[in-house]
Amino acid sequence: MAGESATLRLPAFFKISSLSRMRRREAIAGYLWISPWIIGFLVFVLGPMLMSAFLSFNNYTIVDRKWIGIANYVRAFTGDDLFWLSLSKTLIYAGIMVPSSLIISLTCALLLNQGLRLTAIYRTLFFLPSLTPAVAMALLWVWFFQPQFGPLNYLLGLVGIPGPSWLGDARWAMVALVIMALWGTAGGATMVIFLAGLQGIPEELYDAAKIDGANRWQKFAFVTIPALSPTIFFNLVLGIIGALKVFTPAYIATDGGPAYATWFYVLHLYYNGFRYFEMGYASALAWIFFAVVLIFTYIQFRWAGRWVYYEGELRE
Amino acid sequence: MKTDVQPLPAAVRVRKSASTLTRYWGERGLLHLLALMLTFVFVLPAFWTLSSSLKHPSNIFVFPPTWWPTQPQWQNYVLIWQLSSFGVWTRNSVIVGLFGVLGQSLSACAVAYGFARFRFPGRDLLFLACLSTLILPSEVTIIPQFLLFNELKWLDTLLPLIVPYFLGGSAFFIFLMRQFFLTIPHELDDAAKIDGAGSVRIFFNLLLPLSKPAVVTVAIFSFIHHWSDFFSPLIFLNSKENFTLALGLRYFQQAPVTRGQPKEHLLMAASVTVTIPLIVLFFVTQRYFVRGIVMSGIKG
Repeated sequence: MAGESATLRLPAFFKISSLSRMRRREAIAGYLWISPWIIGFLVFVLGPMLMSAFLSFNNYTIVDRKWIGIANYVRAFTGDDLFWLSLSKTLIYAGIMVPSSLIISLTCALLLNQGLRLTAIYRTLFFLPSLTPAVAMALLWVWFFQPQFGPLNYLLGLVGIPGPSWLGDARWAMVALVIMALWGTAGGATMVIFLAGLQGIPEELYDAAKIDGANRWQKFAFVTIPALSPTIFFNLVLGIIGALKVFTPAYIATDGGPAYATWFYVLHLYYNGFRYFEMGYASALAWIFFAVVLIFTYIQFRWAGRWVYYEGELRE
Repeated sequence: MKTDVQPLPAAVRVRKSASTLTRYWGERGLLHLLALMLTFVFVLPAFWTLSSSLKHPSNIFVFPPTWWPTQPQWQNYVLIWQLSSFGVWTRNSVIVGLFGVLGQSLSACAVAYGFARFRFPGRDLLFLACLSTLILPSEVTIIPQFLLFNELKWLDTLLPLIVPYFLGGSAFFIFLMRQFFLTIPHELDDAAKIDGAGSVRIFFNLLLPLSKPAVVTVAIFSFIHHWSDFFSPLIFLNSKENFTLALGLRYFQQAPVTRGQPKEHLLMAASVTVTIPLIVLFFVTQRYFVRGIVMSGIKG
């Protein structure tokens, strides 16, 4: 097998020729089993990533391609008003959506963890809306928010509040989309994960707190929340990524309007790439988006050490 | 990794720490009130959708709104199949759903088996690469994928929605299956090996049957994804005959099918129809549902 090792110029960790015969067979079988993923990764992830990075330095419209250096990035940061607008709209949306969804989901989970009668029914009813496909959800809320004949403004009218035009009003469209998204996510996976987290808190912690004379609020603030912090962290990371990627509700319900009030980042990217076919520019937008997602995720992981408590973790 | 993935019990913990019985029942009452209010908020939009889907067009734009039509128009659910290509879209969604689930589950299991049971150089690095695709937004790869499928002449066919899923599909499902395989004792494999079984037999006859709960979980979530996905069909499909239900619903929203008459009742009937399979799936497989979501949370 000496000839093989001479021709295989792979990094040390890929060198399988130095392994014993049995280990070599095992390694080859392992590569074969993961080969679907390797092919898929190369063809549908890594290849496209490199391609999109390359395209982001080109003016590319499918029929025509020209290298323009960093001009697409310059254009995004200095020449495209809608870029900053869409970025800020997206951040505002995430800023409202993520905390409210965490609070509502946690409230629902705490409620379902009280051993109330009918808990199974409550849990199912909280959960079912999250199964609605995004398009169906957007359509039903467009009709629910309908200003003249929809039920929401009618109910508001009953208690003397004149309802706004919701999706048709630039000041309220964002709020309406948040309400819509909360309905579809608050009782779903986030809540179920919180519930599982709550049920994983050892009863002894509460007993100990009780012996120390903790009241209910203190138990919540000093036992439940710290013990739940890994779960909160998990939901926070996923929630922020999900909120930054918001697309379908705005596409269906508002088309980014009115007056660009809900012109989210991915919508901006979609319009540039697949409506105006400015695929080079859209690729640059995609990479900036990736950077934003990475920055947010990185900040959260850095910040996590300060407040996320893992049982069994050694601390200085 | 916790191996405890039992379905959640409905009522978990009753702590009767309140000092007096009155206070206890007062609290319970308040909690029920809160639960009922939340239930109302979650149920009302769904109820309104259902009731609208049964309304006569003359009953749509009325004030005050009718909460439940006196004569439910069940034929709305027939009309949507006649006024649009609902049948074709359903067929397409079923094809995408079934093949997508098959491809995604099969490849996730095979790849997870490779990562869980074999030692090979670079394994941990490759697994890390696999996991890191979890935070990669699909927006970064969608444009080159579009160009690739354009070259392959796959645009406006269902292939882009199916084929990639046979090739690994989703890092999350690979992770989930790997974690599950790791909980199965290695000695079982060794025993089978001594009996002369190769890795293919161990995979199909030993590990997969033992992993049925995890495989079912992956299949369910894979189906929900394929059934609900809007973004990929929007990018890859052009003509009406090739739409999936999610995309068809959008088309139906914009198409002038009722000649200026209201069509909210039809849109709502269509939305309900698209959602029903998922609700049925939920009730049939409820315990796998909770288990799957909980397993996803445990890695946090």
